[in-house]
Amino acid sequence: MTVMEQRGAYRPTPPPAWQPRTDPAPLLPDALPHRVLGTDAAAKVDPALLRRLHTELVRGRRYNVQATALTKQGRLAVYPSSTGQEACEVAAALVLEERDWLFPSYRDTLAAVARGLDPVQALTLLRGDWHTGYDPHEHRVAPLSTPLATQLPHAVGLAHAARLKGDDVVALALVGDGGTSEGDFHEALNFAAVWQAPVVFLVQNNGFAISVPLAKQTAAPSLAHKAVGYGMPGRLVDGNDAVAVHQVLSEAIAHARAGGGPTLVEAVTYRIDAHTNADDATRYRGDSEVETWRGHDPIVLLERELTERGLLDEAALQEVRDGAEAMAADLRERMNQDPVLDPMDLFAHVYAQPTPQLLEQESQLRAELDAEADGTLGAGPHGPEGAGR
Amino acid sequence: MTTVALKPATMAQALGRALRDAMAADPAVHVLGEDVGTLGGVFRVTDGLAKEFGDDRCTDTPLAEAGILGAAVGMAMYGLRPVVEMQFDAFAYPAFEQLISHVAKMRNRTRGAMPLPITIRVPYGGGIGGVEHHSDSSEAYYMATPGLHVVMPATVSDAYGLLREAIASDDPVVFLEPKRLYWSKDSWNPDEPPAVEPIGRAVVRRSGRSATLITYGPSVPVCLEAAEAARAEGWDLEVVDLRSLVPFDDETVAASVRRTGRAVVVHESGGFGGPGGEIAARVTERCFHHLEAPVLRVAGFDIPYPPPMLERHHLPGVDRILDAVGRLQWEAQS
Ligand SMILES: Cc1ncc(C[n+]2csc(CCOP(=O)(O)OP(=O)(O)O)c2C)c(N)n1
Repeated sequence: MTVMEQRGAYRPTPPPAWQPRTDPAPLLPDALPHRVLGTDAAAKVDPALLRRLHTELVRGRRYNVQATALTKQGRLAVYPSSTGQEACEVAAALVLEERDWLFPSYRDTLAAVARGLDPVQALTLLRGDWHTGYDPHEHRVAPLSTPLATQLPHAVGLAHAARLKGDDVVALALVGDGGTSEGDFHEALNFAAVWQAPVVFLVQNNGFAISVPLAKQTAAPSLAHKAVGYGMPGRLVDGNDAVAVHQVLSEAIAHARAGGGPTLVEAVTYRIDAHTNADDATRYRGDSEVETWRGHDPIVLLERELTERGLLDEAALQEVRDGAEAMAADLRERMNQDPVLDPMDLFAHVYAQPTPQLLEQESQLRAELDAEADGTLGAGPHGPEGAGR
Repeated sequence: MTTVALKPATMAQALGRALRDAMAADPAVHVLGEDVGTLGGVFRVTDGLAKEFGDDRCTDTPLAEAGILGAAVGMAMYGLRPVVEMQFDAFAYPAFEQLISHVAKMRNRTRGAMPLPITIRVPYGGGIGGVEHHSDSSEAYYMATPGLHVVMPATVSDAYGLLREAIASDDPVVFLEPKRLYWSKDSWNPDEPPAVEPIGRAVVRRSGRSATLITYGPSVPVCLEAAEAARAEGWDLEVVDLRSLVPFDDETVAASVRRTGRAVVVHESGGFGGPGGEIAARVTERCFHHLEAPVLRVAGFDIPYPPPMLERHHLPGVDRILDAVGRLQWEAQS
């Protein structure tokens, strides 16, 4: 029989032992982003949580405004504001236990601060005095990652290692919508699912990767849908609803802590400010879109709820605002002091034991600095004495 | 004779003009990368290209460097001439697998049947106060990979001419654009862009008799400044701008060092395992009997690129160059 004849006889039937490895249905995200504020479910939310989220949101917004102002005064080299996204930042910090780890991207200063980091130390990367101005172990916050999505495999590895050691630790990794296109995103999710690592991925889908809108980044129904292909649940949440983000992340973290493996959460939100203070957003988006999202401000949503439930009066609001103002004043004041830098730090942390070459370069710089101090630097090479030909 | 009105242009504008002219001249030329379309690139080099040539010719891609370069490989296989933009030096690293395993080797693997005319534009180097991962000098990685051309302009005219050449090249070219020179200006005749120089020719930017400074890219203006400052000390320095590391113009460099008898290589990437070692060896091999002193190197320190507030201590500046020039009085010293 020829091959063609065989083909003619072929009737498609499933391969003998095939069945889906996982039932995809429970992994699929809901059709609409999860919301709590403004729905009946809001009445059941613990007032203490509402107040806590509110305080942190107001502080977060104030922090964003203050940091942006510091760029205008030349005190910060650059600041990627998370105004509009504070609900994600704050929830990310608040859902974690002390022993858990946060893996932020370069936009997530606020999450790091809400987790307890010194607001000034959290800004050294962006001020330019040191790359990571804090000890990651102190609050279990990994260095803010500038190369996109590269922190995700780290989160997976750390969570995996913790589980191997028998520790009850979860890692929460933050990434932007653009970052989901990177290869590292794919590899991290795949590892996490195969290892059933206790890690939660939070995508802050703020609509743009610098100038590129989500439609040019992915053709998937939602970013949460991507989870299904890896065999982990995908969850969609309204990223401006602090309570909803807190709920979805808490569930995902509890699931991971209980040995259920990773979850991919997509928070649908919006970047109100430009990409950074150095970016001109009018080149790629119109004002009306921004205005629409301003009407869905995370602070306003929460304050409406608090007020309706009689949990927030003028005096309480003023107290929250005063607290935020004090934080901003302290940040401003400390950032207005010139950082004292030691150039010799350049060599301090390259290796545990400096190489002979580095020691040589260290003494070269020491000599230059000494010469600079007594004004002899630039005294020049003292002539070739006829050496030229 | 008509006098032409010269107009000032920045290096960024000259690069944009080169892309525009190349796209107009050849429909096979496509530009792709992150934010190159609507935004015109974060340094505005691709400004206006999407409007003029459409999204298919100047494409905002998903945010994935390996994907961008990998797709460019396929596009080139099918007869296009992709010009890709890597947003910053350190963000090209996800694409290294594609670069090293495929882009650099395709011609060789296919015994010449499948050349890849891809231009990879990389804003590179420090000195702009950028935060972490925005200031790497990555040329040593590229020059260590056979199959790639490695080109870096230092002037506005060269930015135009060399980029046109790179796009016209039938081999992949890593085109390193010194970030801190993007806003440097020169006057040129916009109706008659500068003559195109073939890739691989160094140029003597300043002639002198007592020693040669061998440099490229962002360090060229620094060396010219050092040469001016050295005049007061009685040194008459020659400055050679390499313009490309691969191919390397041994002839121009050796001819200069034979004239002067002394040489200092200057670059901002680290010295250990850096381009200067290769250059010093080549000069020594060719000019041994003409040398009055060993070939010296002035390079960045062998450290990860420092935070902006300390970068001035890392980048080779005029004083460090003059200090090396002083050490060229070898007889007196040894
Ligand atoms: C690997 C890599 N490529 C490119 C960049 C340059 N870059 C910095 S931010 C950014 C956009 C990121 O968008 P998204 O992931 O959506 O996060 P968002 O800025 O919206 O928070 C780009 C392209 C980078 N930091 N890392």
